[in-house]
Amino acid sequence: MAEIKKLETAKLMKKVMADHFYEIDAAVKSGNPKVAWCTSVGPAELLRAMGFVVYFPENHAAILGASRAANDCIPAANAIGYSPEICSYLTSDVGAYLKGFTPLSKIYDGIESIPKPDVLVYNTNQCRDVKDWFEWYAREWKVPCLGIESFVNVGDVTKDHVDSIAAQMRKLAVDITAATGNKMDEDLLKETVRLSRQCSDLWKDVLEIATNKPSPLTFFDGTIHMGPAVCMRGTQVAVDYYEILLKELRGWVDQGVAAVAGERHRIYWEGMPVWGKLRENAKLFLGLETCLVASTYCNSWIFTALDPDDPWNSMARAYTELFIVRDDDYKEDYYRRMLDLFDFDGIIFHDAKTCPNNSNCRYGLPQRFSKETGIPFITIDGDLNDLRCYSEEQAITKIEAFIEQLDG
Amino acid sequence: MKPLFVGIDIGSTTAKAVVIDRERAVLSQAILRTGYDFAAVSESVLVTALASAGLDRDAVAAVASTGYGRRNVEFADFQRTEILCHAKGVHYYFPEPVSVVDIGGQDNKIIHLGAKGERLNFTMNRKCAAGTGAFIEEIAYRLDLKLEDLNGMAEASATEVAIGSFCTVFSCTEILGMARRGIPIDGIIKGVFRSVVKRVSEMDALDGKVIMTGGVVDHNPIVKGMLGEALNCTVEVPPHPQVIGALGAALIAEELSADKEKN
Repeated sequence: MAEIKKLETAKLMKKVMADHFYEIDAAVKSGNPKVAWCTSVGPAELLRAMGFVVYFPENHAAILGASRAANDCIPAANAIGYSPEICSYLTSDVGAYLKGFTPLSKIYDGIESIPKPDVLVYNTNQCRDVKDWFEWYAREWKVPCLGIESFVNVGDVTKDHVDSIAAQMRKLAVDITAATGNKMDEDLLKETVRLSRQCSDLWKDVLEIATNKPSPLTFFDGTIHMGPAVCMRGTQVAVDYYEILLKELRGWVDQGVAAVAGERHRIYWEGMPVWGKLRENAKLFLGLETCLVASTYCNSWIFTALDPDDPWNSMARAYTELFIVRDDDYKEDYYRRMLDLFDFDGIIFHDAKTCPNNSNCRYGLPQRFSKETGIPFITIDGDLNDLRCYSEEQAITKIEAFIEQLDG
Repeated sequence: MKPLFVGIDIGSTTAKAVVIDRERAVLSQAILRTGYDFAAVSESVLVTALASAGLDRDAVAAVASTGYGRRNVEFADFQRTEILCHAKGVHYYFPEPVSVVDIGGQDNKIIHLGAKGERLNFTMNRKCAAGTGAFIEEIAYRLDLKLEDLNGMAEASATEVAIGSFCTVFSCTEILGMARRGIPIDGIIKGVFRSVVKRVSEMDALDGKVIMTGGVVDHNPIVKGMLGEALNCTVEVPPHPQVIGALGAALIAEELSADKEKN
């Protein structure tokens, strides 16, 4: 059976992620600079421009999932009243804290715990759970928890939306200064937004390399290589990383290297990854000669609205334009655009038990899109981190049957 | 010696085998409890099917396996999913556009087929046993009733109660509560079958001709009429609906071995 192809840049990825965590750890230990926690599609640029190093607990939760430690941790959070039905990132992360565990200690010598922040900053554009998650830590550590209350089910993003979020962001900066003493540096904000936009553009180019046939990149590669876009956007490190990755991928295209040897089918993945089964699922699709060429999930760190000449409004627009914030008409149109771009044969919807906002198969959207385009779909029941919600045998049967159906 | 083609369907509850010849005539079949040793039961069910019709194992030209245990059938030449095999098996009896409703031991499937038997789409139950054969088995166990008596009890019942719970465990609690209040048991059993049909009909939009397969309709034909009432459409059941997946696998074994010979 063919092996999973590894990009050389993956080695660099290990280094930049290690540097990221050591930088935060050093800041916590020395007390300088101050540390902010931020939700993964929150106002990271704003925090960097105020002099914080930024930690993203969703990344930590994904590591808990990918290392299969999540299911040891989730029950501890359930036991203090955080339901098994809510975000398993939240329950994994809080549960790990309650158990005094972090996979960071195993991976990085000298890091003993997750970083205690000086401020917790959320954006509810993804869900309410991120706010609940941060508020738990705020109560635990007596640390200020501030954030942005975003719109939901947005159709067209209007000036009113942008004005409202931009105003919240400006007030947020004032409140953060009051809470921590760190002040906004407008020049640094422009520079950070510029770097963030550059990172976003490069990340978009990386993902769109999968428009090539055969594709040199899979969804599974994307979930690994998105680390710098999530955790380091707004820094030169992330920009440099994606320039190197893109160069390697373009080299693969020139050489005709396929991520999935003998690529027969191209599939769009809609929803969260099943973090604890990444490798198994990558191998499953490899064996089926099927490439997951694109996903809404990996695309979520593309922020083409960011504009260094208009940082506040463009941040407001970028964090409101996100797929997850939008209504179903927008989402249906988005799939159409992805279909035109990636030319896929089918869609797999992941119905993640504890992540309703990333499970876009609950209001008839797959059926509507399939009826209009003729693109077939299946739904896999699972979860991002809680493997108790995932029936592997059933998922394999559904996926294999779907590929048989595409085979005709 | 005329070549034989075998389909083996190792399901979660029962293992099935069907033997056909080159002309695709069904020669024999067998059904055994799956148990925990999938490799052993795949061998036993094959031996049983061959013996029941006095067929010679040496004549077996090709075997295709399906079902959750398909990878454990060590002597299989081909493996295919139960979705494909049920589609093949149903198309054998109904060569027209149909929707297949299969209620198995632990999963349900709905498969939409085109005129040539091509799969247009399919759906399976979520990770939940409500509406499957396991649900009925659990109810029988809790009420200390024999599985084979349930259909007769439901058909004879003049009453029927509604089971409101979604979950198998909560349904059992609800049913035990009804029994405690003295509600006649045959009316409860009829309600149990209605509940199964409701769970299945919620899985997908169904119209046109509907074909039911699987062990539940084989042993409890009452669900055929109930599904017809629920959908307001014609529901038909092929001969031996429990072995349709195995039949489909046998048909695939015949097809693929013929392809191999051509090549």
